[in-house]
Amino acid sequence: MGLLTEERSIVVPGEALAEGMDFLPGDSTYREADKIYSKVLGLVMVSGRVIRITPLAGPYVPKIGDKIIGTVKDIAFSGWRVDTGTAYLAMLNVRDATSRFIRKEEDLSKILGIGDTIVVKITNVTSQNLIDLTMKDPGLRRLQGGRIIKINSLKVPRVIGKKGSMISLIKERTGTEITIGQNGFVWLHGGDEYKAEQAIKLIEQKAHEGGLTNKIEEFLGPAKKFQAKPSSEPAEKPSSGFKPAKPAEQTNAEPTSESTSEPTNTEE
Amino acid sequence: MAYTKRMDGRAVDELRPMEAKAGVIKNAAGSASFKIGKTWAIAAVYGPREIYPKFLANPTKGILRCFYSMMPFSGSGERIRPGRSRRAQEISLVMKNALEPVVDLSAFPNAVVDIFIELPQTDAGTRCAAISAACIALADAGIPMTDMVSSVAVGQVQEMVCADLTYNEEAYEAPVSDIPIAMLNRTKEITLLQMDGEISKEDLIKALEIGKKATGQVYELQVKALKEKFNE
Repeated sequence: MGLLTEERSIVVPGEALAEGMDFLPGDSTYREADKIYSKVLGLVMVSGRVIRITPLAGPYVPKIGDKIIGTVKDIAFSGWRVDTGTAYLAMLNVRDATSRFIRKEEDLSKILGIGDTIVVKITNVTSQNLIDLTMKDPGLRRLQGGRIIKINSLKVPRVIGKKGSMISLIKERTGTEITIGQNGFVWLHGGDEYKAEQAIKLIEQKAHEGGLTNKIEEFLGPAKKFQAKPSSEPAEKPSSGFKPAKPAEQTNAEPTSESTSEPTNTEE
Repeated sequence: MAYTKRMDGRAVDELRPMEAKAGVIKNAAGSASFKIGKTWAIAAVYGPREIYPKFLANPTKGILRCFYSMMPFSGSGERIRPGRSRRAQEISLVMKNALEPVVDLSAFPNAVVDIFIELPQTDAGTRCAAISAACIALADAGIPMTDMVSSVAVGQVQEMVCADLTYNEEAYEAPVSDIPIAMLNRTKEITLLQMDGEISKEDLIKALEIGKKATGQVYELQVKALKEKFNE
């Protein structure tokens, strides 16, 4: 009777967690007969009578209210299709992208082009995992310059830290502007981008260990002085990140050049 | 001469030395390497991700795909043509059938989880090594599963019922049977059972008893591999 494993121990799928009816199955667990079993590889968490598993690995599961980083994949009739790094495309409607009035015949690629990287918030997720997005909250915007790295989405809370302690430490020590999406995409811009990337990768690697803030503090070393000027310079370099900033800017530049040529045509 | 003692000196129910490691392919969502004797399988799991071609999508739950492949140099000298062959496709299918009962993809409608298995070196029992590796890789990728699948081959060489046959034993000049089995650890349900050759009913029951014990050993190694990844 009772618990068959210890709290915070690692369990594999199908491992028995508890016996009898004293406990209730929570997230990532299931009950069969009078036993509760694990459904994923993870850490056992007991809160009151509920047993749940915190997964150690796994895909990003979209949740309403999550701030994520996505890439525009396609332009539809009244919005954009956005790749969110999940198995499902998300939809960003025009009225959720801008508060400006959009004429019927207006070219949507002038607002957001294919390949643009954006910070968005999830407003709705259906049972079929279709995602609705918005860009109307503060901090939600199109990202320009910098570069993007990918980490496991389950490690995002560790990278942010308690009340943002970890991320502000990295920002302060490297002088890099950082935006983290809950889906595991991290945008780095300016300062010592490379050092910041290494620190984030280190956190991802050691996420299940304790005393992480101290280790990262040690890794980053003492704070350096950063001027405002390097912020634009590293972005120009061909970075080793898998998504360089340049294509995004190019795709955006094309429609603007077209629009400038259009009025001259009509004058003729 | 009757086959009374095994060529490599093992006991009848003894498996070849095994080795397993999780997370060997960093690019994949989950991966594993599984060695049993000279047979070596590497599995990599990608997904859940968008499925192409689209008509394969299932709107009620995600689907599982397996791709089994032996490397060109993996045999005993003869070059093996890479890519899909009749044999590779059959093994991909039986692997999928062996793993599907435990994998729960109801949370990922219209998506797919792909498992790629490559064998750098083979010496009989490849589909069993592939299933055992694939199961570690799936767990490592965080795919919800109700149980673990462990797989091992059993068989009979002449009069001797034994576990985990090598290629030399399979090729022995006498009636030989080779029975790969995959078993769920918790419920002991059988998800893969094939046979080459012939065996009597009594010997088959005996072989399955040996297999039950042997899959238990494989399970323990799978669990060890998964837990080791986080306890370094």
